[in-house]
Amino acid sequence: MSLSDILIMRNELLLTFMAMILLTIDLNLNHAKKSLMIPISIGLFLVVTVIGFIPQPDQALFGGMYHTNGLVQLMKNILNIGVLIILFQSAAWLKSPANATKISEYFFLLVSTLIGMNFMISSGDFLMLYLGLELATIPIAALAAFTHFNTKSSEAGIKLLLSSALSSGILLYGISMIYGSCGSIYFDAIGAAYANVPLQVLAFIFFFTGMAFKMSLVPFHLWTADVYEGAPINVTSYLSVISKGAAAFILIIVMFTVFKTLAPIYKSMIYLVAVLTMTVGNLFAMRQKNMKRFLAFSSIAQAGFIILGILGANKMGMTSVVYFVLVYIFSNLGAFGVVAAISAKTGKEYMDDYDGLYLTNPKLSLLMMLSMFSLAGIPPVAGFFGKMFLFTSAASGGYYWLVFIAVLNATISLYYYLLVVKAMFINKNEQPIAKFQSDGYTKIGLALCALGIFVLGFWSQVYEFINGLTFGI
Amino acid sequence: MNILNLFVVIPVLTVAGILFTKDLKQSRMVSAIGMTAQLILSAILVYLYVSERNAGNMAPMLFMYDLLWFPALNIHYAVGVDGISVAMIALTGVVVFAGIFASWKMEFLSREFFISLILLATGVFGFFISLDLFTMFLFYEIAVIPMYLLIGIWGSGPKEYSAMKLTLMLMGGSALLMVGILGIYFYSVPAGGQLTFNVLEIAKHQIPIEMQRFLFPFTFVGFGILGALFPFHTWSPDGHASAPTAVSMLHAGVLMKLGGYGAFRVAIYLMPEAAHEQAWIFIILTTISVVYGAFGAIFQKDLKYINAYSSVSHCGLVLFAVLMMNQTAFTGAVIQMISHGLMTALFFALIGMIYGRTHTRMIDEMGGLMKVIPFLGVVYVIAGLASLGLPGFSGFVAEMTIFFGAYQHVDVFHRVATILAVSSIVITAVYILRVVGVLLMGPIKNDHFLHLPDANWYERLSTVTLVVGITFIGMIPLWLSDMINFSLAPLIHKLATIQLPGM
Repeated sequence: MSLSDILIMRNELLLTFMAMILLTIDLNLNHAKKSLMIPISIGLFLVVTVIGFIPQPDQALFGGMYHTNGLVQLMKNILNIGVLIILFQSAAWLKSPANATKISEYFFLLVSTLIGMNFMISSGDFLMLYLGLELATIPIAALAAFTHFNTKSSEAGIKLLLSSALSSGILLYGISMIYGSCGSIYFDAIGAAYANVPLQVLAFIFFFTGMAFKMSLVPFHLWTADVYEGAPINVTSYLSVISKGAAAFILIIVMFTVFKTLAPIYKSMIYLVAVLTMTVGNLFAMRQKNMKRFLAFSSIAQAGFIILGILGANKMGMTSVVYFVLVYIFSNLGAFGVVAAISAKTGKEYMDDYDGLYLTNPKLSLLMMLSMFSLAGIPPVAGFFGKMFLFTSAASGGYYWLVFIAVLNATISLYYYLLVVKAMFINKNEQPIAKFQSDGYTKIGLALCALGIFVLGFWSQVYEFINGLTFGI
Repeated sequence: MNILNLFVVIPVLTVAGILFTKDLKQSRMVSAIGMTAQLILSAILVYLYVSERNAGNMAPMLFMYDLLWFPALNIHYAVGVDGISVAMIALTGVVVFAGIFASWKMEFLSREFFISLILLATGVFGFFISLDLFTMFLFYEIAVIPMYLLIGIWGSGPKEYSAMKLTLMLMGGSALLMVGILGIYFYSVPAGGQLTFNVLEIAKHQIPIEMQRFLFPFTFVGFGILGALFPFHTWSPDGHASAPTAVSMLHAGVLMKLGGYGAFRVAIYLMPEAAHEQAWIFIILTTISVVYGAFGAIFQKDLKYINAYSSVSHCGLVLFAVLMMNQTAFTGAVIQMISHGLMTALFFALIGMIYGRTHTRMIDEMGGLMKVIPFLGVVYVIAGLASLGLPGFSGFVAEMTIFFGAYQHVDVFHRVATILAVSSIVITAVYILRVVGVLLMGPIKNDHFLHLPDANWYERLSTVTLVVGITFIGMIPLWLSDMINFSLAPLIHKLATIQLPGM
């Protein structure tokens, strides 16, 4: 193995390297200077993100266990951009006295889970997939329990750990059945050998269930709300955006390669799961008063939209999924960013607290409104295009009634997204959240989201670029 | 630069300009300048269009501009106008112009108000110039969503309820529409061809009849909800009653026309066979709209509710005419859209102005207003007479053409529906004359009303613009119907050549 072979894994290696550097620097900093870790980490991560954009030929390592190509690199870059925004948005929260000693731990854990996700997306066989998945999950559980003195946060950590363990078990069971029936764990070999015998269908269902846990699809969503509410906001946004996005990426790749012969069978299953996920997520989101819980349920509903793209089972479907996740990262992080900024300054997390926000903090309210519109799929912001293309790909498979159900769900979701807009713009409040200034990091994080929400829709080259890399069944 | 692009660029620039303003004076000034420019531009467009046609340009759409936007899905930003869209654009220009002046004293969050209002106008202009179903849908939603804020923030009465109801019902409509549009897209060309959203391209082929049967109801009802089709009209009275003046004007005057225009341009034009088969269902529904809306208006005591129900009735007439599917009725539908747009905008402007003075909209609390505010009183009478179809005003031309067209069908079903719809004219006369009698004539019921000031310059400007439009169409309708007639030719041709199953 030569040096150039090593460079194929540049994303994972750079991130590992970064994690090591962070720990080393942290050792040599005295207490008063711990906050220096924030610019250092963000700077290092920025470097990693930029390097990710350098083109790279399609290559494979370890006999095909690990591979990389344009699509894989694109997915990693999308996740990197999301993580970068989250890092900016976490700064204000990390500076609080309670976290002063744990700054580098936060960055270390976050980077570790990202390494896992990168391995997962790059995997060429089920072993690597599973390794990546576990590496991605365990640090998140630690992150969810980051404010361990808070009961809800430790509860979130335990809940996430236990439910992940269960879902990993189910996933592994599925993988073992696949191995048993195909005699291989390599994606290519399995894809060629799949004959849709009942055992293999069962194996697929187990695999899908495991992934559905990670993506919190209904009926495997029950852990989501409590974990999202208990975890610190920035971890919640990581869970709902990056974690979900990575799971969606690998799920669609596996569905389109390994299980492609199963497509006629799994379509009806996805149909049902999509309808359930959208509807249940929406119905629960309507009643939420806590912004974190609210966004948690709304993100369940969004996951229902994401899997519509799988139903199309064509190139358009995969393009739409990747594009939607990209748009969703910006929109959801915009919303989470505002919630995080307000929570870091005032500690307020309930929708009632947002009453009259526009009169005191117009910029935050506007960004929140844009994010809500983008999540609801209202033009001219990017979310509209994301949803529209997902619906188009579902319609290309002839699923008009499903599209209708989905658009009706989008309308229902508009109801609760508008509740937030209503709180900020219409409701009167005797004591609104006072006018405040966020720090520079938060501002950059929010500005990036606003830029993405505005530009991505109109900038059709992004969609074309993704379309040039994706594939169908 | 293509003249049609300016219709989107100018409002967007105006919005950008308002962002930099500080107070009411500046923001209304920027809006007024922008929308005056837009009005002038509309006039130029009408002139250019007519002179092109006189010069013998026979192309179905003029001033076309096409920009490939999403190559993978063949989505274009494609614009172009025919006589119908030119007429609608001119209407929008007039109503938006009048709307800006009707909200001259919008003190609370004035900047945001004008931005939302002009964003709404951008959506409407964009919708009328679009030839691509994707961009059409995009502009449609842009036009709908500012309504939530406009009614929710600046409205009156149960504004939050009305705003939410209106937004959700209209977005529900766009849900239906989305299915229709996607279906049309995937059957836009015979199998194997490059799929397209372009209306002109799709019209060249026939969408398979089974798909038409499935998609037509989605598309027609989707647009119909915006056009206040019974039983999906319930957002309209509540929404209009709660909205601030300029928003009611724009919404009833222009936005509801998106429904009629879309039903005509997309549903009927692209799926004539299914339209022919299913028209009877919707003729029944629209007849109910027409009669029910008129009766609804009789029983209301609130001026805005009266006018909102009357809008249901008049917009129902537009859809009714569209479904009659012959040249005369189509012409009538377009004239009715324009005539009702101007009339109802005028009504809502007047109601807003009267409310601003009397602080009530209940007709039985007012009386004798003609003596104290003669200018507004006279204009109200004009609007009323136009609305009940007095010859010389636009309402007469529109309704006459529609019923004439509808009566060309000789079968019993169409005759009965037409006669029922005609009866709405009588009912309209009842509620209009009753309001005029109670509101303007008779003794002054409240001493406080004795010292009301008459219209200001900006109020006069706003109302006179609309009155001029109404009388212009009423006096010289031929000019307008010529412009429309020519553009109907492709559709009429298509209707004449369709092969109807079983015929």
